[in-house]
Amino acid sequence: MIEFIFRKIVMFFLTFLGVTILSFSFIRLLPGDPIILLAGERGIDDERYAQLKAQFGFDQPLLHQYFDFLTNVFQGDLGVSFVTKKPVWDEFFTLFPATVELSICAVLFAIAIGLPAGIIAALKRGKFFDQALMSSALVGYSMPIFWWALLLIIVFSGMLQWTPVSGRISLLYFFDDVTGFMLIDSLLSGEKGAFKSAVMHLILPTIVLGTIPLAIIARQTRSAMLEVLGEDYIRTAKAKGLSNFRINGIHALRNALIPVVTVIGLSVGVLLAGAILTETIFSWPGIGKWMVDSIFRRDYQVVQGGLLLIAMIIMSVNLFVDVLYGLINPKIRQQR
Amino acid sequence: MINSPRFKEFWYYFKENKGAVVGLVIVSIFLLMALLADVIAPYSPSDQFRDFTLQPPVWQEGGSWQFILGTDVVGRDMLSRLIHGARYSFLIGCIVVALSTTGGILLGLIAGFSRGVVDAFISRLMDIILAFPSLLLALALVAILGPSLVNAMIAIAIVIQPHYVRLTRASVLAEKNKDYVIAAKVIGASKMRIMFKTILPNCLSPIIVQAALSFSTAILDAAALGFLGMGAQPPTPEWGTMLADAREFILRAWWVVTLPGLAILITVVAFNLMGDGLRDALDPKLKRS
Repeated sequence: MIEFIFRKIVMFFLTFLGVTILSFSFIRLLPGDPIILLAGERGIDDERYAQLKAQFGFDQPLLHQYFDFLTNVFQGDLGVSFVTKKPVWDEFFTLFPATVELSICAVLFAIAIGLPAGIIAALKRGKFFDQALMSSALVGYSMPIFWWALLLIIVFSGMLQWTPVSGRISLLYFFDDVTGFMLIDSLLSGEKGAFKSAVMHLILPTIVLGTIPLAIIARQTRSAMLEVLGEDYIRTAKAKGLSNFRINGIHALRNALIPVVTVIGLSVGVLLAGAILTETIFSWPGIGKWMVDSIFRRDYQVVQGGLLLIAMIIMSVNLFVDVLYGLINPKIRQQR
Repeated sequence: MINSPRFKEFWYYFKENKGAVVGLVIVSIFLLMALLADVIAPYSPSDQFRDFTLQPPVWQEGGSWQFILGTDVVGRDMLSRLIHGARYSFLIGCIVVALSTTGGILLGLIAGFSRGVVDAFISRLMDIILAFPSLLLALALVAILGPSLVNAMIAIAIVIQPHYVRLTRASVLAEKNKDYVIAAKVIGASKMRIMFKTILPNCLSPIIVQAALSFSTAILDAAALGFLGMGAQPPTPEWGTMLADAREFILRAWWVVTLPGLAILITVVAFNLMGDGLRDALDPKLKRS
C-alpha cells in the first residue's frame, strides 16, 4: 500500500513539474511583448523598457527565468496582475469561494435529482419512466450549456421575471466578506432580504452548471444499480424474504454507490470547465470568469498563475480519489 | 464491404439499438444538408435583407413564408445560415477527430510498445494535458495561436488526443503478449508490421467508439469557443458564433438565440446516440444496459 501511494505521489510531482513548464511557456508564447502591453497606449522609452524588463526578469536566459518562477511558486508567489496590480494569489483566493459555492450547489443539485432518478430508473427498467429518464439524461449530457443558460434566462428572467440575470447578490445589499460564501455572509450580515437575494441569484447558475453532472450521475447510478441487482447476494436477500425497501435501499444501493462516488469525485474537471461558461454568462465573479477575462485582457501573470492553480486543484482531487480507491480496492494497487 | 459477413454482424447488433438508428438517420439528414447547402438553402448565408430585420418565424405573428425561420438583426435568413452552419459542424468534427486519432494512435502505439522512458514521457505528457479543464486549455491555446476556426480545431484536437493515447496504449499492452503476436514475432515480422498490421486492427473497436463520441465533444467545444469569441469569427454562420452574435437580443427575438442552439443540441444528441449504438455493436464485452 505504501508503495502504491509513493508511486502515485511521485507521478503527481512529475506531472506537477510538467504543468509548471506548460504554464511558464504559455506566457512566453503569447503574441505581443508583455512590457509594451504593460506600458499602454502612450508607449515607453528605451531606458524604462530595459528597467521594466529587468524588474520582471525577462532579460534573463529562459532556463534561469524558469527556475526563478519555480522557486517563487514553491514560496507561494505567483506574481502580480498587470491589470489590477494585486498579487495573483490574493486575487485567486478572493474569487475562489464564489466558484466553490456555485460548484457545491451544482453538485448537490445534481446528486439530489440524479441519484433518486437513477435508482428509480433501474428498478423500473424498460418501463416508460426509465425510457423517459434515460432520454432526458442523454439530452442533458449533450447540452451546450451556454445555450441552456440563455434559454433559462429568456424564460425565468425575461418572461416570468422570477430570477435576476447576473451577479451574486442585488446591489442594494452591501456587507463585508467574512467567509467569501455569499449564502453564509448574507445570513451573517443580518440584513433583511439579503439571503433571499443571494439564493435567487444562485438558482439559474446552479441549474446550468449542474445539468451535465446530473445527467452523468443519473446514468451511472442506473447502470451501477442494474449491475448490483443481478448479483447472487441480492437473490439470497430476496430468498430470505427481506422487504423490497431493505433489499434495494440497503443491500443494493450501498454497493452501487461506489462507482457513483468516483464519478462525483472526478467531475471536478467537468465543473471547472463548465464554470468558465456559466460564470461568463451570469457575470459570476469566480475564477472561471477571471481566467476568461484575463486571457482577453492578455494579463499574462494571471493566466500563468491561474492555469497552475486550477491544474493543481484537479490533480490533487484526482490523487485523492486514486488513493482512496486503492484503499478500498486491493486490485487497483497492483496496476501499473 | 456491405455484403461482408463482418459488416452484416455489426449491422445486426447496431440496428437492435433503436436510439442508434434514430441517431444515424439524424446524422445522415444533417450530412445531406451540409453537402447540399448551396442547393437547399433559399438564400446565401451572408445576404442581408435590410427591410426585414429581426422578422419572426412564419408561425408567429409578423412572420412570412419568405423567411421560414425568420431573420437576424441585419436581415439574414436564419434557415439559410443554419443549413450552412451544418457544414462547419461536420468539418470541425471530421478534422478534429482525424487529427486527434492519428496523433493519439501513433503516440499510444509507441508508448505501449517501447515502455520504459519513452512510455513514461508520453504518459506524463498526456497527464499534464488532462490536468487542465479541456475548455480552459483550448481557450489558452487559441489565445496563443490567434482566434480562428482552424486554430480552434487544432486546440480541440490537442485536448482530446490524450484519450486516444490512453486507449491505444492500454489495448496494446493487453494484446502484446498474446500468442498470435508472439507467433508473428517468431516468424520474423518487422516491428512496424507487428505494430500496424498485427496489433492495431485488434485494438480498433474501442477507438472507433471513442471517435464517434469525440465527434460530439468537438462540435460542442468548437461552439463554446465560438460563443466566447475564440472560434470561428463573424460573419461565419458557425452555430456557436451565431449564438454569440445573438446574445444581446435574447429578450427581444427568441428565435435568433433558440434555433442555433437547438441545431447544436440535436446534432450532439444524434452523435451520442450513434456512439452508444456503436459501442454495443462493436464491443460485446460491455454490458448492454
